[in-house]
Amino acid sequence: MATETPTQRIPLSGHRRTRYGDLALRGITGLASVVLGLLMVALVYEVAHEAWPSIQEFGASFLTGTEWNAVTDVYGARDLIWGTLITSLGALLIAVPMSIAIGVFLSELAPRAIRTPVTMLVELLAAIPSVVLGLWGILVMGPFVAQHIEPFIINHFGWIPFLDGYPSNQGLFMAILVLTIMVVPIVASVSRELFTSVPSDLKQGSLALGATRWEMVRSVMIPQVSGGLVAAVMLGFGRAIGEAIAVTQVIGGSNTRPDNIWGPADTMASRIAAQYAGSPTALSKASLAYLAVILLVFSLIVNLTAQLIAARLQRQMRGAA
Amino acid sequence: MSDQPNEPGSANPPEPVPEVTAARPNTRLGDLAGGHDEDPTVGHPTVFDLERVSVSYGGKTAIRDVDMDIHCNLVTAFIGPSGCGKTTLLRTLNRLNDPIPGAAVDGKVNYRGEDLYGDDVDAVEVRRRIGMVFQRPNPFPKSIYDNVAYGLRLHGMKDDLDNRVERALRHAALWDEVKDRLKASGLSLSGGQQQRLCIARALAIEPDVVLMDEPASALDPISTQSIEDLVEQLKAEYSIIIVTHNMQQAARVADVTAFFSVDVAEDGSRSGVLVEQGPTSKLFIRPSDPRTEAYVTGRFG
Amino acid sequence: MSAAAHQSLSASSGRAKRRRRWGRVMEGLATLAAVVAIAVLAIVIISVAKKGLPALNADLFTQVTSTFGIPGEGGGIKNAIIGTVIMTAIATAISVPLGVLLAIFSSEFAPPRLALIIRITLNVLAGVPTIVIGVFVFGLLVVGNGYSAYAAGVALSIVQLPVVARSTEEVLLLVPSSLREASMALGASRARTVLTVILPTAVGGIVTATIVAVARAAGETAPLLFTTGIFANAVVTDPTKPMASIPLVIFQGSESPSPHDQEVAWAAALVLLVGVLIGSSLGRLLSLRSRRRIEQSR
Repeated sequence: MATETPTQRIPLSGHRRTRYGDLALRGITGLASVVLGLLMVALVYEVAHEAWPSIQEFGASFLTGTEWNAVTDVYGARDLIWGTLITSLGALLIAVPMSIAIGVFLSELAPRAIRTPVTMLVELLAAIPSVVLGLWGILVMGPFVAQHIEPFIINHFGWIPFLDGYPSNQGLFMAILVLTIMVVPIVASVSRELFTSVPSDLKQGSLALGATRWEMVRSVMIPQVSGGLVAAVMLGFGRAIGEAIAVTQVIGGSNTRPDNIWGPADTMASRIAAQYAGSPTALSKASLAYLAVILLVFSLIVNLTAQLIAARLQRQMRGAA
Repeated sequence: MSDQPNEPGSANPPEPVPEVTAARPNTRLGDLAGGHDEDPTVGHPTVFDLERVSVSYGGKTAIRDVDMDIHCNLVTAFIGPSGCGKTTLLRTLNRLNDPIPGAAVDGKVNYRGEDLYGDDVDAVEVRRRIGMVFQRPNPFPKSIYDNVAYGLRLHGMKDDLDNRVERALRHAALWDEVKDRLKASGLSLSGGQQQRLCIARALAIEPDVVLMDEPASALDPISTQSIEDLVEQLKAEYSIIIVTHNMQQAARVADVTAFFSVDVAEDGSRSGVLVEQGPTSKLFIRPSDPRTEAYVTGRFG
Repeated sequence: MSAAAHQSLSASSGRAKRRRRWGRVMEGLATLAAVVAIAVLAIVIISVAKKGLPALNADLFTQVTSTFGIPGEGGGIKNAIIGTVIMTAIATAISVPLGVLLAIFSSEFAPPRLALIIRITLNVLAGVPTIVIGVFVFGLLVVGNGYSAYAAGVALSIVQLPVVARSTEEVLLLVPSSLREASMALGASRARTVLTVILPTAVGGIVTATIVAVARAAGETAPLLFTTGIFANAVVTDPTKPMASIPLVIFQGSESPSPHDQEVAWAAALVLLVGVLIGSSLGRLLSLRSRRRIEQSR
């Protein structure tokens, strides 16, 4: 008879110790996700709670009111919403073509040796703290743009009413420039990834039919990744809407809508940042929170839409493969 | 190129290799290709004239010193083991190696008397005359109609677009199957249909030559058959050059066959070389070079 | 023989010439765009260096911040540097454990549906404007208690959390399942496998994620406005009190008319920029290397 080996003598059941370890780890990590959930709920609740007095007082007319007056305690966000949209959309107008161009450059045109370093440099733009960008914007770029670029545009394009005015080193235009610098690295790096993912088969097929390289990009590559580009643009839009610091440093913090792009204005995020030192009345504090609620809702919608588009694109590509 | 699975414990003694002699017209390949003893290139002017053409990537020679003529309105096949540079040579004929960094072409490639790589030659114009069909069907993610119209729109052949598209699809023997769903995505077709769509796309711009890189290798036998039939029909209007690793296919469709192989130099570097070319039947029945003979009788590759 | 054959190859039509020219113009524009982007980066860095270097002296690091426009007393950023270090440390101490646990749950234990929800939530959180996070923590922790470094730390940790959790999850997913299976096949429990096999393999990636998170938190200003917006011109190490911070020194300096405040702001910006750029680049490079290593071990 063979001698029993030690392992055979230990019964299979009864080793509960290790399972407790599993349970504990699963419990602790699961707790982390509960914390995340609670955080999101608390975020929405708390901000809405702070805004409640103002929501009660003004309701939906907050969105159309144009006054922001701490003396009369009347607050309205219309001009701020306008400022937010103009600066963000203006930034997108410049940033999107530029970013797509950079994406094309990095994926198709650049010599292989410089692709990685240049990619990293472009992404480094995104790492510049917004407060540093704002400091540079108001003290260096502002004066330069006001002296050299703005007069040029006013002289040549001033016949467009919105572009006619006096050069200034603050204002909507400066905010647009600063936001452009922030949005470009985001959209460019996603574009680059998207373009590199286009199957070589498709590109070869286009070239074989006699397309020039640019025609191949325009007629085959961009359509192929259009969904992802839209998602990237939305992400950039979300970033632009929410930027408070750099914008408030350069935009001039005005209470009313300017007549032209060179005048001072304000955005929702920038207004909140400008009044951090303490707003005089309880209602003004609540109104700032109300602005935060609007920003939160905006960013939620934009972000979820971007994620939805990206997910649908993923499914499409897998389906066609 | 053994297709037989290794059976455990069998150390088969090498079978005696059948000698290929003049008096062996009943090899399988001979049967397929046989019957024409005349030179099929008679009466067909030259389309391509290659003089000592070598292609290298980043200094490493892929194929060297190719001298050959290709004649119009015939089907010319490039055959040979993998790595012998036949696809590389094919892509040289429509300058599709140009975008590859480090690619260099030496020697002269004459297309109808003009140097294909001349200084003032536009590669885009070259590719309009010399089209290509790839190994894996690669329709664009557009509708069937837009796939075929792509090249037409690119080159400004937009007049009478609908008719041109229809003609191309008929030429590619695809019209009847898709005429009711031209707006459907090109990707919704079966593999064989997609490949015929790619052929239609190439034919739409009225090329002179159509290059085909193993066009049926990714397809099932029935689709392969339809592609081969198509090639047979197309040679009336176009010159076809087809790369294939399937000798039977070459025997079935090609009028002229060129056999390539890998040459190992003294320093160990490998490059492709043209071994022999000629009428298909002759190549398979009475090859002049022992390497050709070894390949077509299945001794290697 | 088709009509195409009769024309010479070099006699390309006006249309073909136009297409070629247009292609070159567009390619030129694309190259220009990349050049402009890099030029902007260079200009920002150079400006900050030019303006900040002159003010970079021993005083900067040994003196505390001074009240608006009164040079002679203070004039440095010692308390701001200490404040930023402490608050970033608090934030990282919260976000890294939480983020790693979250990533472990999402990649090891959660059913696919739940993992997806977690990922979506993290993406949403990443998209919330930092100013809103500042307002949130203000209401949660500052109202009634006053400004504090703790509150700032919490606010910064919320900003870091998605960064840490997403990067860590990526790294965890890169660990080949063969390692997991080998460990389980030897009888190790899930927990033991995670703790002794998977985490050690992924630790490089976690360190990288931490570096990137630190660089991110150090530069954030908006969350600080509402949690430690007013601070003393002295070194403070008690986290229940508000502390000076580098971003706020820069922010206030950028809005102040006093040239001295601006000088200090530039110097602080230089310090911050160097730190953040080095941290981000380091993080990026390390992540590339560790990713390559994990993929090679597959």
